[in-house]
Amino acid sequence: MKILVCISKVPDTTAKISFTDNNTKFNEDKVQFIINPYDEWYALVRALELKEGAGGTVTIVNAGPADNEQIIRKGLALGADDAIRIDMQANDAFQVAAEIAAVAKEGSYDLILCGKETIDYNGGVFGGLLAEMLSMPYVSLASKLDLQENSLLLEREIEGEKEVIEVAMPCVVSAQKGMAEARIPNMRGILASKSKPVAVITPSGTTARVPVASFSLPPEKGACKMVDADQAEELIRLLHEEAKVI
Amino acid sequence: MSVLVLAECANGKLKKNAFEAAAFASGLAAQTGADLVAVVLGSASADDLASLGKAGVARVLHASDSRLDRMTSTSYTKALQSAADAAGASIIVLSHSSVGKTIAPRIAVRRNMTLVPGVSALPENGTFRKSMFSGKAWGDLKPEGDQLVITVNPNTTSFTLGDGVATVESLAVELSDSDFDYKVKEVVNESAGMTPLPEAELVVSAGRGMKGPENWGIIEELAGELGATTACSRPVADIGWRPHHEHVGQTGIAIKPNLYIAIGISGAIQHLAGVNQSKCIVVINKDPEAPFFKAADYGIVGDAFEVVPKLTEAVRKLKNS
Repeated sequence: MKILVCISKVPDTTAKISFTDNNTKFNEDKVQFIINPYDEWYALVRALELKEGAGGTVTIVNAGPADNEQIIRKGLALGADDAIRIDMQANDAFQVAAEIAAVAKEGSYDLILCGKETIDYNGGVFGGLLAEMLSMPYVSLASKLDLQENSLLLEREIEGEKEVIEVAMPCVVSAQKGMAEARIPNMRGILASKSKPVAVITPSGTTARVPVASFSLPPEKGACKMVDADQAEELIRLLHEEAKVI
Repeated sequence: MSVLVLAECANGKLKKNAFEAAAFASGLAAQTGADLVAVVLGSASADDLASLGKAGVARVLHASDSRLDRMTSTSYTKALQSAADAAGASIIVLSHSSVGKTIAPRIAVRRNMTLVPGVSALPENGTFRKSMFSGKAWGDLKPEGDQLVITVNPNTTSFTLGDGVATVESLAVELSDSDFDYKVKEVVNESAGMTPLPEAELVVSAGRGMKGPENWGIIEELAGELGATTACSRPVADIGWRPHHEHVGQTGIAIKPNLYIAIGISGAIQHLAGVNQSKCIVVINKDPEAPFFKAADYGIVGDAFEVVPKLTEAVRKLKNS
């Protein structure tokens, strides 16, 4: 079984968010970058578990500049076999999906996994774009994925419901919490990752269709109004009469 | 030229996000002078379909095939494609829900339209505002071209309903087995009678400060009295005190209710990232230094086991007054 896992580079969850160049660029100064948690904790780790159980290979693909090598090596240290980096600046999901679709067609993978969204752009549409470009089935928001003889059995957590789904391969699946537990690379994995192949390929040149023209920060929250614990019922009055939310 | 909106149904009833998306599409149609057409997939009552008129929809296309009662990505895309052809749609609007996130990218690629995901407001000068960095920033998106597929973030746009009545036409969609990319074998309802978290306007959430799963009774009572949905922090879901689908935060579900009450949750940055777009945040914590107070609108420093039952009682009194 050949699995392709799409990973994205995002600022660490605790990173301070600020912008430069007249609010058109994310300020990378002093920011730690990580693999998008949904891509790593759930998609990549589940792919590795499937490989450990049933054999096969796990390939990582990332669209980004040479700096992204650091997060790609982390994925290899976790246990992926090899990686492909499409040498480009990623500007929107459409552009990235078009480039990764080309890579996916080359590799004829049985399963293509990604996270349900990135924690920077929060678009949540990459998997669907990729699936349509590849004319493959698409199961979004999967919280469980098990291999059956010729198909996958999945659970999909949606608004107030859980669907149990059977889908044929090849297919695209977007992963969310529940699919696997986060792992930490061990020393052997880290050493092995240094010699694993990372193919660097030239993009086809698809351009972004929804560039971010500018960024802004939400206004600072006003001071928190404190209510005495002995007069807790006063809070309910405030919520009803002042905030008007109940 | 028209704006087409997918109005979602669940169990034969239009969802709240159907009216929200339709009202957004109505605003968009007014901006561009386009007609507004809605499409409804699967079983729905005639009254429900006509009620989309309240959101400004004049014409509803209804594909009543009951195999469309539940989404699969390809069957819905095919049906939406038929509707877009019938309506001559140059803009397609969906909710940024589990359905919209799945179908919008497919239809955008299929029709070679530009996809603008998760917007929070009507465009100004062709620029759409979207929440980014898990609610820590806004991005202003400038999409290419004027053929657009737009998903609207639930519970972020304010809308009012009028009293219009829409006319309903049936939409023929030929579906064969190969139009369904997967099979839904079973559906488990996890809402326990509450509004699902992504759609909830009121949420009562609790964390490790509750000391153990056996103490959740007072949380459920407060939620029950408010008609709120219960949620929890990540540690509490990870140690199994509460089910995973209740976990709100950066790696769980991101929510934006009108009211978020956090009880015994310290307010780690990852938790805040999932709830910081709530309209009103209330924090109850016995530690006055809990970082969550900095992100709150109202706070009580106190013991949850004493404070929460008082709140429940106050809500009960308010309802009876």
